[in-house]
Amino acid sequence: MAVRNVAMREAIRRALREEMLRDESVFVMGEEVAHWQGTHRVTRGFLEEFGERRVRDTPISEMAIGGVAVGAAMAGLRPVAEFMTINFAFLALDAIVNHAAKVRYFFDGMFKVPLVYRAASGWGNQATASHSHAPEPIFAHFPGLYVGCPSNARDAYGMLKTAIRDDNPVLFSESIALYPKPGPLPDENDQDDLLVPIGKGDIKREGADVTLVAYSRGVDWALQAARALARDGVEAEVVDLRWLRPLDMGLVYDSFKKTNRCVIVEESLPMYSFGSEIAALLQENMFDYMDAPIKRVAAEDVPLPYSKEIELLALPNAQKVVDAVKEIV
Amino acid sequence: MPSPTKDMLLDWYRQMVLIREFEETCHQLYLQKRITGVYLHLYSGHEASGVGSMAALRKSDHVITAYRDHGIALILGMDANAVMAEMMGKKTGSSGGKGGSMHLASAAHNFWGGYAIVGGHLPLAAGIALEARYRGKDAVTMTYVGDGATNNGYFHESLNMSAIWDLPVIWIIENNGYGMGTEVARASGQTELHRKAEAYGIKSFGRVDAQDALAVYKVASQAVAYARDNGPAVIEHVTYRYRGHGVSDKQYDSRDDMSAELRQWMDEREPIKILRDHILGAHGDVGAALTAHDEAARQIVAQAVEFAEASDLPRSRDELLGNTYVRSPRVYKTAASIGAGID
Repeated sequence: MAVRNVAMREAIRRALREEMLRDESVFVMGEEVAHWQGTHRVTRGFLEEFGERRVRDTPISEMAIGGVAVGAAMAGLRPVAEFMTINFAFLALDAIVNHAAKVRYFFDGMFKVPLVYRAASGWGNQATASHSHAPEPIFAHFPGLYVGCPSNARDAYGMLKTAIRDDNPVLFSESIALYPKPGPLPDENDQDDLLVPIGKGDIKREGADVTLVAYSRGVDWALQAARALARDGVEAEVVDLRWLRPLDMGLVYDSFKKTNRCVIVEESLPMYSFGSEIAALLQENMFDYMDAPIKRVAAEDVPLPYSKEIELLALPNAQKVVDAVKEIV
Repeated sequence: MPSPTKDMLLDWYRQMVLIREFEETCHQLYLQKRITGVYLHLYSGHEASGVGSMAALRKSDHVITAYRDHGIALILGMDANAVMAEMMGKKTGSSGGKGGSMHLASAAHNFWGGYAIVGGHLPLAAGIALEARYRGKDAVTMTYVGDGATNNGYFHESLNMSAIWDLPVIWIIENNGYGMGTEVARASGQTELHRKAEAYGIKSFGRVDAQDALAVYKVASQAVAYARDNGPAVIEHVTYRYRGHGVSDKQYDSRDDMSAELRQWMDEREPIKILRDHILGAHGDVGAALTAHDEAARQIVAQAVEFAEASDLPRSRDELLGNTYVRSPRVYKTAASIGAGID
């Protein structure tokens, strides 16, 4: 089977299109998804192919986007609702947290909510403070929801397909910075063997000296750092958790038992974070294997500014990961 | 719209006295601490609003409401035992004791639930109606919303969405005069709440005296027919709550004007009396049938209390954690997985 490099956005587009072809109950809704062809071009060509019934432009109404998807899913459809950026999903937080995630529980299993919220996420490009969040951990806080955060084209393809087919609500966060990034993806349509189970992480690089735990864009920084560290004789293992809920901690523990050292890398903010959670779980469960303090690399604890130099200062990068590793190896 | 038959009217009466008996019993049980939840919003005084409007629906239609949901559940035919057990947080409750007073639902009755966040169910209603449009079904979604919710963003966004997508929703604004403790005029620039429909290009069926089940039924029938063929409709039901916002409401104790107002509604606009008088006037010798319904309501509710009190509380960790997620073969779990749910 031919394998070709495709951008992550194209992999997501292909996955979504194939699922719409596969299951007539799948439809997309969101701001500018139809006539505009998608703000991030993920739904390019969909209106022409599937028509207005299944490709639904919405008004700028995030509360309704969030909640209509819940009702439609309860009633038997499989909505894929897009938030143009994850920043706007804050407006829908009640629909996501109090309804998508809880309807099944508070009616004790009477209904299922098979929906996917897609949202473009991340910092950078001088988008400024209100448009620069990577707040996936906020959503992963709440039981009832699953949260997926792919780091590359192939994972994005397989994860989105699984998310759409699953009967639980999934928040699917797509890093804007990773959208154009090419990655290998088999050419043929509907490759079910590429499906990524919900909650299954992946070792992106093997190494015996330190474990780098990351997701989404953080995996890029971790892999860059691993290559730089290798030149200095330090072999880093890169664990891409891929899903923030559920968390594949078995993968992290197995790696940590081997390396006894860990640096956690994330694009998001440092307080009450992905890094906090992983570090807490490691010290609770892997204390006997711990040879050094757990280090965390995250964004600076500040709203993101406009001006480029200080914007970059706030962001994590590969060098910050290298520096953190060098403190503990 | 056919005029309601004698049997229909008697059935409405049966529903209304059952609701009243159920709600007043809940009130007593709350005072006696036999129902312990902090939230208990009673439908006493509202009976004709739900009964008259739902009489215009078919079995295949959908219903969704906010947290004042006991009456809606009973009208749809939910088992009073299971509803009372839910008040007491019992395993046998309609939501297994996980939802409580504000989260009754029954998939079998197309009752999509009571919801506790003001306005939070409105986009869900639009989504349920979207499924009908998407699949070409002719079902409508009857959605009850309080006067207070018409001021929040969910109302605006959901009504607007229903308009641009021609969704078959009947938005029934149950205007009982107060959003919690705030009079409508202090909360809304437009006090004729049905006129908010104009902002979205939605057809309004106006303001209805919702203490009169027949008036409610007449307008609801028109709105349902319209929604089925066209798109969203709005009706404003003017009604009154007899037991305050919720059972913990102290305003009726502390404000003389509110108590006087309440007495006036109960004396002059009592929905059960209005229906009873109508039935007796129109159909003569039905006194025995009415009395039988009164007695049946007492028996049903007494039995529900007995059933609920005899039922077990959920106590185990499995019961605590169950139904957080749908059991799914697509979820990868190991002994070390965190946040996957136990199902």
